[in-house]
Formats: sequence, structure tokens, C-alpha cells
Amino acid sequence: MANKDIPKLNDSDFEVVGTRSDETEILAKKSISFWGEVSRRFLRNKLALVGFVTLFLIILGAIFAPMISEFSYRQQNGDYNVSPNGTYWFGTDDLGRDIFTRVWIGARISIFIGFAAAIIDLIIGVAWGAIAGLKGGRTDEIMMRIADILTAIPYLLVVIILLVVMQPGLFPMIIALSLTGWVNMARITRSEILKLKNQEYVLAARTLGAKNLHLIRKHLLPNALGAILVTMTLTIPNAIFTEAFLSYLGLGVPAPLASWGTMANDGYPALANAPWRLFFPALFISLTIFAFNSIGDGLRDALDPKLRK
Amino acid sequence: MKSFKALLLFLTLTLVLAACNFGGDDSGNGGGEEGSSSSEGSDGKTINLSIASDPPSFHPALATDTTSGAIMASVFEGLTRLDPEGNPEPAMAENIDVSEDKKTYTYTLRDAQWSNGDPVTADDFEYAWKWALDPENASDYAYQLYYIEGAEAYNSGEGSADDVAVTAVDEKTLEVQLVNPTPYFDELTAFYTYYPVNSKMAEENPDWHTDPNGENYIGNGPFNLESFTSSDEIVLQKNDDYWDSENVALQTVNIDMVESESTALKMYEGGDLDYLGSPFNSIDLNALDKFKDNGTLNVSDQAGTYMYVFNTQDEIMQNKNIREALTIAIDREGLINNVTKGEQEPATGLVPLTMEGFEEPEEYFEPGNMDDAKAALDAGLEELGMEDPSELSIALSYNTSEAHAAIAQFVQQGWKENLGIDVTLDNSEWQVYLEALDAGEHQVGRYGWLADFNDPVNFLEIFKTEEGNNNTGWTDEEYISLLDQASQETDEAARTELLQEAEGVFMEDFPIAPIYFYTNLSVHEDKVKNMTPDPLGNVQLKYVDIEE
Amino acid sequence: MVKYIGQRLIYIIIALFIIITATFFLMRLAPGNPFASERTVPPAIQESLNEKYGLDDPWYVQYGEYLVNTVQGDFGTSMKYRYRETNDMIAEGFPISMTLGLEAMFIAVGMGVLIGTIAALFHNKWPDYLMSLIAVIGISVPSFVMASILQYYLALKAGWFPIAGWEGFIYSILPAVALASTPMAFIAKLTRSSMLEETNSEYVKMAKAKGISKWVVVFKHALRNALLPVVTYLAPLTAGIITGSFVIEEIFAIPGMGKYFVTSITNRDYTVIMGTTVFYSIILLLAVLLVDILYSFIDPRIKLRGGKSGGK
Repeated sequence: MANKDIPKLNDSDFEVVGTRSDETEILAKKSISFWGEVSRRFLRNKLALVGFVTLFLIILGAIFAPMISEFSYRQQNGDYNVSPNGTYWFGTDDLGRDIFTRVWIGARISIFIGFAAAIIDLIIGVAWGAIAGLKGGRTDEIMMRIADILTAIPYLLVVIILLVVMQPGLFPMIIALSLTGWVNMARITRSEILKLKNQEYVLAARTLGAKNLHLIRKHLLPNALGAILVTMTLTIPNAIFTEAFLSYLGLGVPAPLASWGTMANDGYPALANAPWRLFFPALFISLTIFAFNSIGDGLRDALDPKLRK
Repeated sequence: MKSFKALLLFLTLTLVLAACNFGGDDSGNGGGEEGSSSSEGSDGKTINLSIASDPPSFHPALATDTTSGAIMASVFEGLTRLDPEGNPEPAMAENIDVSEDKKTYTYTLRDAQWSNGDPVTADDFEYAWKWALDPENASDYAYQLYYIEGAEAYNSGEGSADDVAVTAVDEKTLEVQLVNPTPYFDELTAFYTYYPVNSKMAEENPDWHTDPNGENYIGNGPFNLESFTSSDEIVLQKNDDYWDSENVALQTVNIDMVESESTALKMYEGGDLDYLGSPFNSIDLNALDKFKDNGTLNVSDQAGTYMYVFNTQDEIMQNKNIREALTIAIDREGLINNVTKGEQEPATGLVPLTMEGFEEPEEYFEPGNMDDAKAALDAGLEELGMEDPSELSIALSYNTSEAHAAIAQFVQQGWKENLGIDVTLDNSEWQVYLEALDAGEHQVGRYGWLADFNDPVNFLEIFKTEEGNNNTGWTDEEYISLLDQASQETDEAARTELLQEAEGVFMEDFPIAPIYFYTNLSVHEDKVKNMTPDPLGNVQLKYVDIEE
Repeated sequence: MVKYIGQRLIYIIIALFIIITATFFLMRLAPGNPFASERTVPPAIQESLNEKYGLDDPWYVQYGEYLVNTVQGDFGTSMKYRYRETNDMIAEGFPISMTLGLEAMFIAVGMGVLIGTIAALFHNKWPDYLMSLIAVIGISVPSFVMASILQYYLALKAGWFPIAGWEGFIYSILPAVALASTPMAFIAKLTRSSMLEETNSEYVKMAKAKGISKWVVVFKHALRNALLPVVTYLAPLTAGIITGSFVIEEIFAIPGMGKYFVTSITNRDYTVIMGTTVFYSIILLLAVLLVDILYSFIDPRIKLRGGKSGGK
């Protein structure tokens, strides 16, 4: 509908260009109130707040709980596979270690991995997808085929090679996560950009002479943010379990150090005789995902330009 | 809008397609099921088992694993067969004649048939053994035949088939010359590499073994391979032409491929399987306590040793006292009671208790005596010029597996608490681990050995040379000479003594920390009879019975 | 469009070539070999094995052979299961994995879109929170844990389903649900998020203003546009899910092809590694192509452009 009016407006637009400096000032002013409004709206969202507090508490627990616990994460207490009780709040595992302490030690690694994966997703994945989507043509073709190639090469094989050339630890794990962890994000971002870049307001901005970077920042990313945040909530648990897989193969943190992923991995075969070994790490993974998810939803609502009043 | 409908249509189509596929699969599978259940109705005793994967080979000479071996032992039969206790008894051979110097074996074959009606002849054995040794056929286990004069030369490409000392004298007489007196040769002839192959058929169809469902897949054992569906199921049916078929009770054996131990466990508890345990699969560790409590767990000694090997070429591990301290300080009782849970025997030597002359564990050290351990540690530290155990940096390597990881963490913690040594754990993927062991990149590494035959030599020979499976870098002149003497000795008692002495020489130096001797763990339904693994972990389905 | 697809196919062939090359060198660099075992094989036997399976040829000869085999579509005999052809392993396993995969996809897409739509329509009301909870659990509980739980409680304890095996439709329900749970949750979240964008967009407001009912608007306009990210996610998902999942097939003892992706690598079964990788790559690349084409059907504003013109 509005399309038809644009050619008419074009002529008059050329005259207004002279007063651009005024306009940017207005835009800048607007954007301050924009962020103010965003934070106000975010804080009003109860679920998002709950998520925020949950995550904060888990991080606090990860820092302090192992210090005050009477057990160490590696200490074998001689009570094997004990169900939760007054001494062992979350029970013990097959080697008689206190699961409560191990859950908090595990939080350090798993939360770190979760954040690392989210950052990789944002830095590589979003940029990759946005550039491919916006540039289009051959650039798009080559960038997306690279993403396909990375998905198709057997991951296990790559991990085995990494295992040979690197010492186990957090660094090779981050490398292993960076190899393919972001591809899903790149695909989703690209599809969002493809959809958005031909929408009326983007076309309009373009005709107004907006640069690519400006377009991405001001128009495309805010609108694609919903999908990006949702994808991140999938990336994080994926990374937590990829860490378990890598540790299992010998690339990750060496035993007896724990992470939620490895605890869940070790625990699930014991579902019948010691279900708490799976339950607690799984619960904390779920809580963390819940927290990220609520924060993500809250942010999305807060940032949604169309929801602004 | 059209495209949205198209998407819906696509989704519907996929469901229809999916449904179709079940139909096809159903009929195919149902056929096999019906086949087995109908025979069950007539006269049949049926047993349901599971194995972890497809057997890697259906050719006895190409098989190298217990899964294939379990199938081979049912479909084929060698000159001898192990009885339920694991002792060899004549099978295809009716009579075995051993010469004075114990190096010439003359077999008289009984009247037996292949499943296509051909008689089993001495030629079939000669053909099969030489086929396995032919370098062209690239049999991994050809070395199991190296006891035969000329076998190693032919297999290494230095000799000819004619020089291999196995001869079909006539249709029913087979003569074999051995390199050395080999008291366990009767046991070896029950091993799958020694099974015969129908030479007439195999010469015409060299690829007979690649199609287990084909008409050329011919055996001479108590069962016939009825059908094989990859990743799904193997069905064995009783072979009515088998010479001893009146003593075979089972009519049908259904073997499902179930890789996950915990799934197999659930299937057993749900009544889908009648037996869990070696050589078909293993019992999920998490269920051992329960089976112990309800009294159904069968435990018997197995001819195998779980150990940590020390790399004696390593800067720290070259020190005997450190090795000794680490070896003593492992709390084997605690490990077995709480972690491995299989009532394994704490090991203080190399050779398992199932072997003649080694039934009583020789205590080369007192396991768990921390005073001894600390004394050895102090001596070792002094030799290394160190003050405190915390200066030692030791890595314990193992390959990826939950069981190995649990044991390693238990031992690691014990070494830390009792000796004050901080040990790092180094876990790697199986083949990466194997290469590292071979290259001597480890300090302390996990190793396990399960016997091919129940004789001490099978264990002692590992450490005879630096090559092969010896991952310790340890060699010893006296040890070699004792083993050489034993191999020439024709007197059983004298031979056993020499082997005991060799073990003593070995353990004196602590190139390994023996941890436990394996046990066979199995459970079966009440109706299943005569089904417990022998010391080598074999179950002869021939003897298994079902009593409802 | 035809020109675009043609150009795209050329890129696919180049990508395939790179995948084969990378995989070949990675697998030959990885320690070990198909014949390795805890018991070291005597060197003479190792040599004859290498000779028999062509592993003693120089690397470029072997590499060349793999390329030729791929073009001919014949990957040769498995080196671990030496009586099995790689092609047979795929041909027998794939239909089963695909059946299970499509069933899981059906559940994931159907339920996911439904849940997501409902959540968006009741934005920040209790159905939204409930759906969010379901989605969080679905996303954070991985398929192998879900599979174990379903198998233990619904099959073994309750006896409603068979424990494992593949002998009819009933055998596929638990594995399909376990396989579908994470994608379903993710699709629900994606749908919810894009639906929210769409329902707040100008054209939907306009339609509402015109008095068109909420449901008609949702199904006629909003949902269609909202499905774009879902469809994007579906391409790699489909490729992965119909070629089988290792853990699900392991837990439910399903004779699909998913396990070959893992066992071929742990066994260093070179021929099977190549066969499965090429097979998966082709499916993945075609699925991604299909999705790119679908884009322009779903949203005609998205134009597919081939050639050098770039984005301008």
C-alpha cells in the first residue's frame, strides 16, 4: 500500500537532505529514551526478573557454595550411591562423592561454557549470517556453503584430531565449540535478514542513503533479535552437553572435576537405582536454561520496536 | 497461502510414507518371527539372547572377537570342543594321538557331516588352516596357528604352504607337527581360528562367508545359521545332522543386536531376553547390586587380569620403588566392593587364578599395606632426589569408558590420600590411547588381558619381548630364559614350576600394578539350565537347556 | 529460477569436493587404523592387511580412489565388517532411520508450531507460561536422557510400549518422541517469537482493524511469515534426523544407519566413514537448497539471485 507513495515522496526527500544534522540529533535523543524504556520495560516483566535472579543465585552458588561445603568435590566419602539426606543434601555418586558440592563445582564449568557458546554465537554466528544475508549473491553463496561444509565434516573426527594435537582443558574445548557451534545461528540470522531486508521500512531507509552497518544496527538486528535470542537458548544447553561429550572423549576438563553435562552423562544409566545422580544436574541445567530463556523473552519484549507505545 | 498448504501436504505425505515403511518392515520382520515361533510350537526350546553388534566376521579364520566367536562356536566345530567347565574334549576328532616328544599330533576324525551333507574330512582342516595362514587372506588371528611347524614362515611370506606341517594323511586322518611341546594344544584346537571349512564348497565359492544367509554358508556345528539381519537379529536353528545332535537341547536361538547395556538390562527385566553375560553381552554395572541381593547373579573366575602398566622408560617410572609404592597403595578390596562390584579377585600377580599352578594367589606384596608403600615411596623419592611426594608429577592414562574412568578416579584419590601424590588423569579415545601406549607416551596406563587359552604362557609371553603387547618397556634375560626352558619342558610339573618362577622374576620389578582378576558375571531366567561361562568366558550353546 | 538452481548445484559439487578432501585427510591423520586392537597384530600380518585394503599405497593414490569411488557412488567394502558393502549398510539402514526421522519431524513441526502459535496468541498469559515451561524442559533435557526416562517408565515400568527393537509402528513411538522433544521445543520458541513480531506488525493490525477475525489473520497471514526461521532450522534438522541418531538408535536397538556415523569413526572404518559422510553431505546440501527455494514461496519479497550481480 505504502509502496505506491514512495516514488512521489522521493522528490521531496532530496530537498530535506540538507537538514540531516538536525535529524541525527533527534535520532540520538530518541535512542537514549529508547534504552531507558527498554530497561524500564524489562524490569516490569516479572518472569524476566525471576530468570535474572535465578541466574544470579546460581552464579553466586558456583562461586561460594564449594567454599563453605564440608566436602570437597573429589573427596570419596565411602558412602556409595546414597540418596539425598541431611549429610549429603543431593546424595552421593558411584564413587561416594557429595553431589551437592559437585553440582556447584560443575556450575562453574557449565555456566562458563554456556556463556562462551553464547558469545561465540553472537560474535561469529550473528555476524556471519547478517553479512551473508545482507550481501547476498556470491558472498552469501560462499559463506553459507562454508557453514554447510563445517556441518558435514564428521565432528567426532575433528575432535579426535584436536585430542592428538592439544592438551585437554578449557581452551581446546572452546576451539571445538567454535568450529560448528555457531552455524545454526548463522542460518537463522541470515533467514531473518533475508526476510527483513526487503521490507518496506528497510527499503525506505536504504533509499534514504543509510549505510549497511547502520541498517544492520538500527533496523535489521533489533527486528531479528527475537529469533536470535531463541536460538541462543538452544545453543547454551547444546554447548553444555557438547562439553560432556568432549570431556568423555578426553578433550574437556579431566576427571575428577565435574560439570553438569558430565554428571548427567554419568548419572543417566543409573536412572533405576540412583535417580538423583541424573536429577540434580538435569535440574540445574533446566534452571539455567529457564533463566536464559526468561531473560531472552524479556529482552525480546523490551526491545521489540513494534511493541513500543 | 498455497505454499502453506503445500507444507501441510508435505507433512501429511511424510506420515503416510512413514506408515508405508513400517508396513514393509513389519512383513519382512514378521516372517522371521513367525518362522521361529512356529518351530517353537512344534518341539522347540527357544532361548533369546542379545549381542552388542553385528559379528565383525562370519568366517572362523577371520574372526577376532568374542561376539563372532560365540556365533562361530555354535555353527562350526573344531577337532576339540570345550566342555561347560572349559576343558577340551574330542569333537570332530574321535581320537587324538600325541607322540612321545609331544610335538606330533595325529587325529582320527569321526563320521560327521557338513550341513549340506558332505562328510567332514581331514582335507577340510588342512585347507582351513592353510587358508588362514595365507598372507593373501590377511587373517588378523593367523598367529594363533604359529604353534604349527612352518606356519609363521608361510604367513610372513617367507615359506610356502607346503611346508606348513599339517597333513591330511587320508580322508579321516590329520597329522600336525608342532614347533614346541604345547600342553594346551587341545585347547587351541577348540578355538575358532582352528575350525574347519568345507573345502569343496569354499574352493568353488571363495566369498561364501560374505553372505551368511546364502546357501553356501555351511557349518558342521550343533546349530545352523538360519538368518542374519544386519543390526537386528541372528537366528540359529538346531542342526539335526550334527553328530551329537541328540545331546543338543535347544531348537532355536534368537540373538538380537542390542548395543546398549542398559537397554539389554531392561529387556532382560522385561522378559525379552533370557540371559545376560559373557560372551554375548555384559550386565549393566548399575544392576549388579540388585542381582546380588536377589541371588540371581552367577559369578565365576575368568582368565583375565586388569592392570596398570608402568612405562619403565619414563623418567619417574623407571624407579622401581615408586612403582612398588604405587602398586601396594591401591585399595583393591575397596575398589572391588564399591566400584567394580563384580566380586573380582584382588590381583597380586600377573597370572589369573584359573590357571594350573596359580590357583592360590602368590602375594608378591601385601596389597594395601600403607607402611610398606610409604617405605618404598621414601626410598624412591630419595633415589630421584626429591623431598616430598608432591614433587612427583604422574599421569594415569586410560581409554574412554565409564568403568575405566571410575576405577582411575578411585585409584587416583587413593594415591593422593595415602601417598600424597597428585596424579592427573588422562583420558583419550580408544585408538588414540592405543597409539600412545604403543609409542610409550604414557607413564601409567590401563591395560587388560583376557586369555585366549587357559595357560599361564598366554600371560607371561606378553612381557617376553619389547615388541608387541609389552607396553612396559621392561625386559629381563632371566625371564626370557625361564620361559624358553618352559617351552621345551615336557614334564607338566616342571614346566609349571618354571612358569611360577618366571612370574616371580617379573613381579619383583613391578613393571605392572596388577589390580584384579576378572570374573564372569551372568544372570539367567530360572528356566535356563547349564548356562554359565567357562574360565575363558565362553558359553557353549550346545549344552544349554530350557526347562519350563 | 532454473539458472539459480544450476549455479547452486555447481557450488554444491564444490562443497562436496571440499568435504571429501577434508574428511579424507582428517581420517588418515587420526591415530589408529581399521585393524587396531588391544592385541598388537604381528607386523607381517599388519602388512598383508594394509596391502589387501590398499592402505600401503601412497596417499594420493588412495585419495584419487576415494574421489573416483564417490563419483561412481560405490564406496567399497567395510574394513571392519568385511562381509558388508558400505552401500548396503546405507541402503538397509537409511529407510529405517528415515521412517523414524520423519515421524519425529512430524511431531516436532506439528506440535512445535501449534504450541508456539498458542503461546504467541496468549502472550504473557498463563498458556504462554505453560508453553514456555514445556519448551524449557524440552530444550534442556537432551534426547538421550529423554529416551532413557521414557524407556524406563513407559516401557519397562508401565509396559505400554515395547522396550526396544523395530518390529512395527508401536516400536517407533518412544524413539520418535525422544528424538522430537528438543526440536519441538525449539520450533515452538521460534514460532512464538516470530508470531509475536508478525501479530504486532502493521498489516496484521490493519487486518484486525478491518474486522477480520483474529484466527483468520493468524492462519492466513501471520503464521506463514512466522514460519520462515522454522523452515530455516528444518533444513539441517531434516538432514540430521533422517540419517539417524546414534544415541536414540543405540538406546532403542533400532537397526538404522545413525550408528555408522559414530562406529565407523571409532573403528577407523575408512570406507564407511567416506560413504556415510558423502551421503549425509548430499542430503544436507540439497535440504539447504530446498529451503532457500522455499523462502521465495513463503515470502515472495525474498528474491533468489544467482550470478555476479551480488546484492545490489
